[in-house]
Amino acid sequence: MYKNFFKYLISAIFLLGFSVNSNADFKVGFVYVGPTGDHGWTFQHHEGRNAVEAAGIKTTFVESVPEGADAERVIRQLAQSGHDLIFTTSFGYMDPTNKVAKDFPNVKFEHATGYKREHSNVSTYSARFYEGRTLLGHIAGKMTKTNTIGYIASFPIPEVIRGINAMTLAAQKVNPNIKTKIVWVFTWYDPGKEAEAAQALIDQGADVIMQHTDSTAPVQTAEKAGVWSFGQASDMQRFAPKSILTSIIDDWAPYYVERAIAARDGTWNQQDTWHGLKEGMVAMGPYNSAMGADLVKEVEQLQKDLASGKVHSFTGPIYDQKGNILVAEGKVADDGMLAGMSVYVKGVEGDIPK
Amino acid sequence: MIKIEKRNDVPMALYFFTPFIAIILTILGGGIIFYILGFNPIEALKFYFITPISNLYGLSELLLKATPLCLIAIGLSFCFKSNNWNIGAEGQLTFGAIVGGGVALLFYNQEGFYILPLVILAGAIGGMIFALIPAILKTYFNTNEILVSLMLVYVSKLLLDYLVVGPWSNPEGFNFPETRQFSDSSRMPLLFEGLRIHAGIFLALAAVMLSWFILYKTYLGFQIKVSGLSLKTAKYAGFKGKTMILVVFMISGACAGLAGVGEITGPIGQLHRMISPDYGFTAIIVAFLGRLNPFGIIFASLVVALTYLGAETAQIFLQIPKYTGQVFQGMILFFLLASDYLLFFKVKILNLKKNELRH
Repeated sequence: MYKNFFKYLISAIFLLGFSVNSNADFKVGFVYVGPTGDHGWTFQHHEGRNAVEAAGIKTTFVESVPEGADAERVIRQLAQSGHDLIFTTSFGYMDPTNKVAKDFPNVKFEHATGYKREHSNVSTYSARFYEGRTLLGHIAGKMTKTNTIGYIASFPIPEVIRGINAMTLAAQKVNPNIKTKIVWVFTWYDPGKEAEAAQALIDQGADVIMQHTDSTAPVQTAEKAGVWSFGQASDMQRFAPKSILTSIIDDWAPYYVERAIAARDGTWNQQDTWHGLKEGMVAMGPYNSAMGADLVKEVEQLQKDLASGKVHSFTGPIYDQKGNILVAEGKVADDGMLAGMSVYVKGVEGDIPK
Repeated sequence: MIKIEKRNDVPMALYFFTPFIAIILTILGGGIIFYILGFNPIEALKFYFITPISNLYGLSELLLKATPLCLIAIGLSFCFKSNNWNIGAEGQLTFGAIVGGGVALLFYNQEGFYILPLVILAGAIGGMIFALIPAILKTYFNTNEILVSLMLVYVSKLLLDYLVVGPWSNPEGFNFPETRQFSDSSRMPLLFEGLRIHAGIFLALAAVMLSWFILYKTYLGFQIKVSGLSLKTAKYAGFKGKTMILVVFMISGACAGLAGVGEITGPIGQLHRMISPDYGFTAIIVAFLGRLNPFGIIFASLVVALTYLGAETAQIFLQIPKYTGQVFQGMILFFLLASDYLLFFKVKILNLKKNELRH
């Protein structure tokens, strides 16, 4: 009997040790689409990872993982090698993430910017970048002399179109004559192409350049040409100190830390997160003093109002390019409409590539 | 003073042995780099070359990665052996994937045993047609095939961009740059449950056998080899040079097209912009590391595939930057070329007197 008692005791200690051990072994994996030194998208996810690490949780990252056949292997290897929570930080990882999630029900997965949550261990998250665009639009509308805003766009997906529209609507509010010119570069990161696009827009009379791509090439081109620009994804001020009016900063750190702790403590659950200025997932860089104190004050007030919900980026009346009403007067666009946005608002030039 | 002389007698055995020397030097060089970066070189090399293939899943991934490299390199060996410098296999792969993927999309909601063979055939024909462009321009207009085939890579990639963003994009996909998922009837059958290795590997093996047969057992193979050794001899012998150029480009393009179609019907399952991490360019290294020999290419494709997997594993376990994988591939090619140079040329250090130098 005593023999058995000891046996149970030993196995109990073993089990206890094991569970404590598994808590200490808790690891978070990150899959990046670009190099950590891109100073844009991946750079910011990496900053988020650093915050998780600073919170005392072990992490691993794999950078520059192509969105093709390789992604699934990398995600699977992370799952196999004892990672308990895996962030896949690019849209192209959507299907591989769901596929691996199916085979590893005990591992939690977080996919950025996607819409598929096929298994209960997959969450998705993204940021309301368009709230930042509203602020940029307000600034651009006030700062432009040529009434032409140049916009370097990546792919005609709802997220990018939402940004173009939010910016144009805000700019029109302060300057009814505003025109938005767009160059589609069909890439997220290609300094050469982005610089060419910026130059083409400047040549067409744009004196404010805005980008929905990740390199610092557009702001550097704007700096050289002496026109205004805005940083994207991270604070790009030091790359174009004169030209940059402010930056939209993706701050993933609070979300990553929160989710990592939840997964470690067993309180993680599936969700679809869409955070903005209010939660701090979208933040603004320092405002350029060239804007003048009055404009800075205005923008800071608008930033507060967007965060509190007093002002919404898409408040009616909103018309499409042909003049059809999209959002009626006094109404705001709901998240469903925002998520599927696929038409330009009035004042944007050109057609969405089809 | 250093004098370089051509060697008259290059032992064949040594010629096939130098790739191994190159690989050993690469491993040593890699170890030194790891040491300088502050990692334990033995441990790093273990994660690089052993851990990735220490289980069944890893082996399956190795074969999966080696399959397109092997296929393309086999095709390229026909071109390179006959002095035709087809640098655009990446473009032929992409165009093959476009044509094959187009057929797959045509049948996206249908089932039938005939669909996959049609898709594969379309991919091969697509690659073949795309390779014919530099071949025809070379034979009839005397253009440089290196330039033409290389520039066509960008043409095919831009065409793919256009198709997946525009007319072929998934109608339910929120405008994201990708097509629908192919139906199961246009997917390569998996060989084992739970592993990604698929029937495409048989295409690669068939290509190896067939190329060995053509190169070493047929008149065409003889022509290719003679043209590679001496164009003048080939002309005197009365070989029809133009036909041969067209044929080697077609073979090469078809192989690259098959590789492309194998990727999209195998692990990927749809068309999007990232169907190939530059397999068409990496296969050039594979072809030369394999000495343009069909069986050498099998070996070389496995080695190069391993450098990809190793780079991932080393990053996951040791956080070694992923670009070391490319450094390894670069080192393999460098050491191979260097050892080839020393194989074909003698380097003599001459000790000359002053007055002799004046002459």
